[in-house]
Amino acid sequence: MSEEIYQQAIKELAQAAHGAGRLAQPTASVRLDNALCGDRVTLDLRSEGDTIAELAHETRGCLLCRAAASLLAREAPGKSADELARAHAALTALLQGDPAEPLPWPALSIFAPVRAYKSRHGCVLLPFRALREAIGSSDRTD
Amino acid sequence: MSFDALALRREFPLFAAVPAPFHYLDSAATSQIHGAALDALVRHESTRRANVARGTYRLAEAATAAYEEARAAAARFLNAADAGEIVFTSGATAALNLVAGAFGATLQAGDEVIVSLAEHHSNLVPWQLLRDRTGVVLRFLPLAADGRIATEALPAMLTPRSRLIALTHCSNVTGALTDVPAVVAAARAVGARVLLDGAQRVQHGPVDVQALGVDFYAFSGHKCYGPGGVGVLWGRGEALAALPPVVAGGGMVGEVTPERTDFAPPPQRFEAGTPPIAAAVGLGAALDWMAGLPWPAIHAHERALLDRLLRGLAGLPGLRLLGPADAAARHPIVSFDLAGLHPHDVCQVLDRHGVALRGGNLCAQPLMRHFDVAGANRASIAPYTTAEDVDALLAGLADAIRVLT
Repeated sequence: MSEEIYQQAIKELAQAAHGAGRLAQPTASVRLDNALCGDRVTLDLRSEGDTIAELAHETRGCLLCRAAASLLAREAPGKSADELARAHAALTALLQGDPAEPLPWPALSIFAPVRAYKSRHGCVLLPFRALREAIGSSDRTD
Repeated sequence: MSFDALALRREFPLFAAVPAPFHYLDSAATSQIHGAALDALVRHESTRRANVARGTYRLAEAATAAYEEARAAAARFLNAADAGEIVFTSGATAALNLVAGAFGATLQAGDEVIVSLAEHHSNLVPWQLLRDRTGVVLRFLPLAADGRIATEALPAMLTPRSRLIALTHCSNVTGALTDVPAVVAAARAVGARVLLDGAQRVQHGPVDVQALGVDFYAFSGHKCYGPGGVGVLWGRGEALAALPPVVAGGGMVGEVTPERTDFAPPPQRFEAGTPPIAAAVGLGAALDWMAGLPWPAIHAHERALLDRLLRGLAGLPGLRLLGPADAAARHPIVSFDLAGLHPHDVCQVLDRHGVALRGGNLCAQPLMRHFDVAGANRASIAPYTTAEDVDALLAGLADAIRVLT
């Protein structure tokens, strides 16, 4: 039900907009669109070695997309590319109904009710896809 | 004359199949299929399934006769001068692309095609492709603040190189009706052709292409109570005859030798391969059914619902209507921004109320930019829409504000 999707934790995360804005000197930048709904994430990344030092984003999207971007920006700094890939995979599995136990980030569980609405999975995953592309492009420039 | 929308609703199988509450307000994307159209489609596939215009056995003759009768039904619906002016396609998008390909092939670099900033992507992107391929100049009619196409700007835009004006008949976002007489008058002054995208107009009653005075008219079956996968391009006889084919195959040829091919006259010239036969037959039944409806009473019904919706929307906090505020200037398609809430979030909440509402950029990104929104919510009213549907939408929108803020 939509009220389960739009629980307070999601609204608060979207409202908090952790990491909103752009970085002055990113090591990688990616802009990604969700063609279905027009949501857009522009994500800046500053890496130090294999670790995400800073992450910022401008997100034009629905509550789910903004909450996911906010969560990502809150959790990513200090994490390695592998840890972020595991979180991305865990979120994907959660949406597909096959959640990893335990979740690498407990807060990912707030997206569990979205599982029933396949058309919205892309909204939640868009910031994570943007980060994966940014890490990939960062790798290529190293 | 009174009109009983509930009785009409019973003629649409889907409404009996979907559990209540169910309030379908997305007919602008796809209207529900009428029972007569569905029956005709099933009957054709069950009793007359064969390829058309090829076989000489009786079943093939029957299939061809049914297909050509569907063509005649489309001609009656549009008041075309001749059934030969009706080309069946896979939909309005294919019809518009057909004109872009065929008419486009007659143009030279520097010739001009005029569209507006209010077009559905299917009447914009084909022309961009043509421009990029051939050097044709694509020009844009501006919009008034309320999204209406500023046709008064057209005469000053046109030049001796203007060849085609391709516009929507009715906006899929605002419901605004294009001032076709002004467009046709301006086009005639420079010898340009006029193409109308009628996808959003046809579900509101028969069209008279001869009275409109245009040269091409495109629409989809799935938006006028018919099956999906079929559409119509009407072209004035001499306009169609002047066009080369763009898709080649069986059924559209005269003599074929290894060196060259003679092409069949329209409409077969534009119907290469096996057409969507059963879907066309279903569409013919839908169009005949529509032709028999009491349209003045239906328009009064739709207008009353539109007024009810506009009044209700005006009472919601933070609501911004996109499009003309004057109900008389639009068909009952209403797009709006609800307090900056994302349309997909709004539609998700509405779905919980059993309200099928469309949200997103509505395949009209330039128009969204005009309104300075990323997307919009859209409610569209059809003859089977009821006051209960509108009230459920309004209650759901109030709930969406509560849930999402």
